[in-house]
Order: sequence, then structure tokens, then C-alpha cells
Amino acid sequence: MATEEGLLEHLPHHGPPQGLARWLAATNHKDIGSMYLWFALTMFFIGGILALCIRAELFRPGLQFFQPELFNQLTTSHGLIMVFGAIMPAFTGLANWMLPLMIGAPDMAFARMNNWSFWLLPPSAALLLLSFAVPGGAAAAGWTLYAPLSTQMGMGMDMTIFAIHLLGISSVMGAINIIVTVLNLRAPGMSLMNMPMFAWTSLVTAFLIIAVMPVLAGAVTMVLTDRHFGTHFFNAAGGGDPILYQHIFWFFGHPEVYIMALPAFGIISQVIPTFSRKPLFGYTSMVYATASIGILSFMVWAHHMFATGLPATVQLFFMYATMLIAVPTGVKVFNWIATMWQGAMTFEAPMLFAIGFILLFTIGGLSGVTLSVAALDIQLHGSYYVVAHFHYVLVAGALFSLFSAIYYWFPKMTGKMVSEPLSKLHFWWSMFWFNVTFFPMHFLGLAGMPRRIPDYALQFTTFNSIATIGAFCFGLGQLIFLYNIIFSLRHGKPAPEHPWEGANTLEWQIPTPAPYHSFVEAPTLEVIENGVIVGMHGGKHG
Amino acid sequence: MAWQRILFACFFWTPLVRAEQLNLQPPATVMAVQEFNLHTLLLAVTGVIFFAVLFVMLYAIVRHRKSAGHTARQFHENTAVEILWTLIPFLILVVIAFPATQTVLAQKRSQGEDMTIKVTGYQWKWRYDYLDQGVGFMSHLSTPRDAPDAQARPNYLLEVDEPLVVPTGKKIRLLLTANDVIHSWWVPALGVKQDAIPGFYRDTWFSVDRPGTYRGQCSELCGKDHGFMPIVVEARAPEDFERWLAARKKAAASAVDDPNKVWTLAALISRGEVVYRQNCVACHQANGQGIPGSFPALDGSNIVTKNKAAHIEIVMNGSKRNAAMPAWSKQLSDTEIAAVITYERNSWSNHTGEWVEPKQIKALRAGP
Repeated sequence: MATEEGLLEHLPHHGPPQGLARWLAATNHKDIGSMYLWFALTMFFIGGILALCIRAELFRPGLQFFQPELFNQLTTSHGLIMVFGAIMPAFTGLANWMLPLMIGAPDMAFARMNNWSFWLLPPSAALLLLSFAVPGGAAAAGWTLYAPLSTQMGMGMDMTIFAIHLLGISSVMGAINIIVTVLNLRAPGMSLMNMPMFAWTSLVTAFLIIAVMPVLAGAVTMVLTDRHFGTHFFNAAGGGDPILYQHIFWFFGHPEVYIMALPAFGIISQVIPTFSRKPLFGYTSMVYATASIGILSFMVWAHHMFATGLPATVQLFFMYATMLIAVPTGVKVFNWIATMWQGAMTFEAPMLFAIGFILLFTIGGLSGVTLSVAALDIQLHGSYYVVAHFHYVLVAGALFSLFSAIYYWFPKMTGKMVSEPLSKLHFWWSMFWFNVTFFPMHFLGLAGMPRRIPDYALQFTTFNSIATIGAFCFGLGQLIFLYNIIFSLRHGKPAPEHPWEGANTLEWQIPTPAPYHSFVEAPTLEVIENGVIVGMHGGKHG
Repeated sequence: MAWQRILFACFFWTPLVRAEQLNLQPPATVMAVQEFNLHTLLLAVTGVIFFAVLFVMLYAIVRHRKSAGHTARQFHENTAVEILWTLIPFLILVVIAFPATQTVLAQKRSQGEDMTIKVTGYQWKWRYDYLDQGVGFMSHLSTPRDAPDAQARPNYLLEVDEPLVVPTGKKIRLLLTANDVIHSWWVPALGVKQDAIPGFYRDTWFSVDRPGTYRGQCSELCGKDHGFMPIVVEARAPEDFERWLAARKKAAASAVDDPNKVWTLAALISRGEVVYRQNCVACHQANGQGIPGSFPALDGSNIVTKNKAAHIEIVMNGSKRNAAMPAWSKQLSDTEIAAVITYERNSWSNHTGEWVEPKQIKALRAGP
């Protein structure tokens, strides 16, 4: 053990603790961020396997692999795991890792709470997954858990409700941490109206989380008391109203969509300027667009409920409000393209995923405008068109932005470069098979195929088969990503101090890989828009 | 309208497109035509926007790349352009909002109906009650799900034993509700989708011009057999409809069971088997084993083999512990309840030899 002692002597004064304690008692934002990201990656693959089960069943008409009740459990768990287990923790993990580096903070504001936010996740994931093994199986009411269907299920539903409570607590604590860090721990010179877009979108997202996660917790608690304690919130026979659940759920659910989209906008707003070698176009309007999307997202929830038979005036209000949200979203897309315009672009993997994001997110946004038209939504609601729409927003949107972010910040996080050919293969492979999987679903929905069915009429066969082939290839392609990450961690080429020529925000001003304790003394910064550093004095790393 | 019809005909009767529909189903009502046109408008507008974005981006990617020797120009704002690209999308949305608003209002104009039909969603079937005509019936999926050649049927999963029959040219108002959980009544060609909500009534309407058969499905997840409760609407010329109505009434009258009739055990069991297959088999399964954890087994169950009073009670009034077991006294006749209980007590490994007579159920229903 002499060599290990020798190594220890060379470690900096505040080196990471050794062994399991480093992770269980982690308070370092980088360690916690890494755990978040690995957790999200694991859940992404578990959720992906569930998705492939669904697609396998839908390859041909008839029931081949799963009985309908198990099929419903698969769709429900796929949705819950991807939303609460993969995408949200991945964004929180990135915020943990990068925010302190981007704004010059020594760590997240509440380091111990940060630990607890993360360690609530594995038990809640375990609850979700173990519920498959209890009598009656996992929750099978769809990820929306609509009452009164959700009052019928077995104990798997109770486990899901408890898991959602834990996930909600975790998200709220993570959000508090992000807000306090961004508002209080910025280094001198890093003003709010100059900080990076990723910090802005994380900040707005955190406010959304604090506002709506308790609403979701309330909704599922009401389901719980309806199930076990004789209340009748959603039971019409006892004076309740099943539609009340949908109002409460979507008051959470629609901001939730932006909780998964805004951080993606932030990532894209860092990556596009870097690889265009140009400042972000319209930074101020981006900030206002982010804020107005955040506010508008609270006023559009009933567009998920056009088929419930709302009065005409209510339908019209929510239709107009929803259409309106297309304006700030459009502004963002135009700003990104204007940033690319007249740039000096190069197309490394982060940039490829960012461009893929813009293209496909635009398709998802435009099909969203189509869905917002209440009169037309009567045909499209509850159909595969909706499935196509939200996968364009969440897979090509949130997930592609996450890939972009990982490829972008991987050198800074690890000190290693990822394999460029593999990353590019991963992009082109994902881009192609994503569209093969999800584009035909627009046609299925238009032609009248409802979502969440395990078996279908014969005219839907061709497109379902195509989608299944696409899904398996897309899923297989994600192994490229996994291999690339693990291989590069071990054998990747050492990253240079400045891996990306155009990168000029604060995280690129510190050594590579990022020291275990960065900015133990705050630097004094001269910053211009979008966190671009033009001058830095002082600042010490531990 | 004529040119639109011709356009649809050209488009939809092409063999290839018929097989793989790429668009909304051919509309059969004024409402569905309006929705179809709205979709065409939206597709055109969003298509133009998408390709404009794509073109500008591709142009930049090709011309403004570093490898093409382009150097970056460091501009980062332009107020005029920013106002323009905020204003233009807004104006486009205003243009879309006009026809969209008109269609929403038209969809909600359900008054002035010629006929009202109450539609009730059940797990997992539909019930139709013709309120003015006094006719009502259940409509079940009629595709035999376990038959090996089921997929050879052209309307696999989209066929029912009793379709909803309506007269053409009449404004039909639907009053929708549900018995257990939320369902949604969707027939694409009619341009109608409306959730059926337990404890509440919602209405919608349609008016079909051409006789024909229109098929749809439940479009709100309602449990295990959500994918297996199709909707079939048959539009018939008014005189055909009257003929159907008269025949249906006559059939209903002759099918009414006399609760005082005395049955033999065998006859009651075979009647019960029919009831079981229509109503119970989805959860308790054909072999009476149920689905462990979700739906209890009837084969060898304590209630079914021993406690007759509890058996009648749970069938009539539903389960207190499991909301999935409804109160069947609201759906089934005295004879049907008696028959299905008798069937359950004498099937699989249950050989109680006991039977329940319809008049017992009748007496229970009347109260002590």
C-alpha cells in the first residue's frame, strides 16, 4: 500500500474522501452531479427497455408478448421513469456540475441538502421498479394517473404515489439549491443580466419546480386518500369530480413540460455560440422569452383537456393562450439561427446534437401549434399524433440537448476527450432512427389510432412495424453512447485546456479537468452577455 | 363542397393511400370536413415555417462554416429584426385563430337536435339508449379475441355485436356519461370525440349525410381492455332507420325475461355462460382464474363455493374493496344476475349444484 500512500501525499489538501463514503456522504457538487448523471443514464436505459417492450408488442397486430394489463403497466412506468427518473435528474445533475463553475461559486449553496436530494432518488426508483413484483403489478393508469382509474389499481399504485412524493421532495430541494446558488453565490462581476443562459433557464426552471411539484403531490395524495381513507375528491358518487383531478394534474403537468424544455434551451444557447464562434444573438430577448414561457406555462393547462367537454369560452381561452406560447418559443429558434448566421461554424458532436435539436424541436413545436387548435384537437387528442408530438419535444428536445451537453462538457468534467467518430456516429444514427420511429406516429394518429392500446386494427400495421424497427435501432444506437462514455473515461485522449476554440464562459477558465474544489476564493470577473468572460482576477481552486 | 368531395375521393380511393392512410379519415360530416380543412391549413402554415427555418439554417451551415473559410461577424442584436420575428408569428396565429374559433363554436352548438341518444361508457363496452324511442342496448366487441384467424377479419377489433344505428340527415345529439372510469367516444369520420365522465353528462352532436358504417374506438385509457371497446355507427336512410327501430323494439320486447319464469339448472347455467362471456370474462377470465393481484379467481373461491348470500351481494352491489367490481344490478336483469351466479357456482371446479332463481333477485332488488 506504499504506492497508495504516495499517491495520497500528492492529492490536494481537500481531496475527495475514499471509498463508499465519498458517495454516500457526498457534499461536493461535482460528485453529486456525477451521481445524478449516472442515475439518469441508468434510468434512461431501464425506461428504454420498457419502451422496447411496448414497441415489440406493437410490431404486429394481435397480442404476442404481453397481456393488456401488463402492457398498461409498461406504458405507465416508461413515462414515469423517463420523466422523473431520467430527464429531470439529468438536468439537475448538469446544473449541479456546471452552475457553480459557470457563475464562479465554490459549490452549491446547501451542500448537505444536495446530498439528500440525490439520495432520495434511488429509493423512489426502487419503489417504481419493485411495484412490478407486487400483486396486481405496477401502476397501469398512464403516467398521468387519471382518477378514477387510478383509484382502482392494486398496491403498485400506492408505491407509485409514494415514489412521486419522494421524487417531488427531491426536485423541490434541488430547485431551492439552484435558486439560492444562482441568486447568492455569483462571483463579483457576474450580474444576473450577464450570466450564461444555462444559469437563467435553470433558475426559471427551479421556480417552476417549486411552484408545481407540490401541486402534483397534492393530486396524488388526494388519489391516495380516495383509495384508502374514504374521501371522494374524484368519486362522483360521493360528490366528487373526476375532472378536478385533471385540472390539478395538468396545472402541474404543463409547467412540467417546460421544466423539461427550458434547461434544454439553456444548453443549446451555450453550445450554438461556442461552435459558431459568435455571441448569442438577442441575449436579452432570450432571457425575457424564457421568463414569459415560464409564466405562460401556468395558463395553458386545459389544452390537455379539450376532449373533456369544457365550455366554449374556456376552450377558446386556452386555445389562444397556447397559441401565444408559440411566439416566445419561435423567438428562441430564430435567435439560435441568427447566432449561426454569419458565424464560423464547426460541427463537433455537441454542435451536431444542438442542430438536430433545433430542427426536430421545431417539428415538435409546430405539431404543438396544430394540437393547440381546440377544434382540431378533437380529432388528435388521445391519438398517436400526441405521442409523436411529445416525443419530438422530449426525445429530440430534452434528450438530444442532454447528449449535446455531455459531449460539450465531458472534457471539462473528466479531463478526457470522447471519441469524435463514435460521437458523430451516435448523432447520425440517433437522428435517422429517431425519425423512423416517431414520424410515422403522426400518420397513425391522423388515421385514428388511439394511444395506450396493446393491439390495433389492421390498417395501422405498416406504420407500427416501421416504428418498432426504428425504435429497436434507436435503442441499439444508445449503446454507442454508453460505450463511448465508458471507453473515453478510461482510455480517452487527455483533454487540452481549451478543447473548444469558441468556448468563452467561466467554466472554461479553470484547469481541465475541473479541480475537486473550484473557486474556493471567488474571482473578480468582467463579464459580458451570456456569461462571456473578458477579464478574470484572482480566484483560487483547492 | 362538391369539389372537396371530389378531391377526397381522388385522394382516398387510391389503393396505396387507402391501405396506409397518411391523413385524417375521409370526413362524413360537416364538422369533420371543417376539422379536415383546419388540419390542411395548419399543415400548410407549419410546413412553410418549417421549411423556411430549415432553408435558412442549411444556407448558414453550408456558407458560414469555418472550413469554407468564413470568419465570424460579431453582431449580437438587431431590434428591428427581433420585433419583426415576434410580430409576424403573432399575426399568423391570429389568422389561424379565426377559422379555429368558428369551428369550436360550431362544435359546441348542440341544440336544435332531432334525436337524443345517451351514451354510457362501461369497462369495457358501450351502452346506447335512444331516449325518445325507448330503446337501449349494450354494444360489445364482436371480434373473437382468442380465435387464431381473428386477424383475417377485415374489421379486426373494430366490429361490435350491436352498432349504434342513426338516421342520415338528422342532427343527433349525444349525451355522454360513464359508469366506472372516464372513457372517450371517438369516431374520426364523424369528427366527434367526447369524454364520457362518471357522474356527469357532457354533450356533443353529429349529422351524417351519407348512409354508411363508421368505426372508432375509446380514446381515454380506461383500464385493461381499453383497446377493446370499439364504436361502430351505422347511418341509414330515415325510412331504413324506422324499420330497424321497429324491429329492434320487437326484438327487445320478446327478449325481456319474465323474472317469475321457473328455470331448469342446465338452462340457467347455459344462459349464465352467455352473460359471463359478455360481462365477466375480461377480468375473471374464461377459466375463472382471474388475474392474480388484480382480479380474484372465482374457481374455488370461498364466496362462489360457499357463501351464497355474499355472492349475490357482491354481484348486485359491487365490491367495497375493489372499485373494479361494479354493481351489476344497474346493468343486468334479474334473470341475467341469477343466471350468471348460477353459472359461476357450477363451473370449473365449482360443483355446488345450487342455483339462484330470478325471483330471488327480484325480491332483493325490491328491498326487504
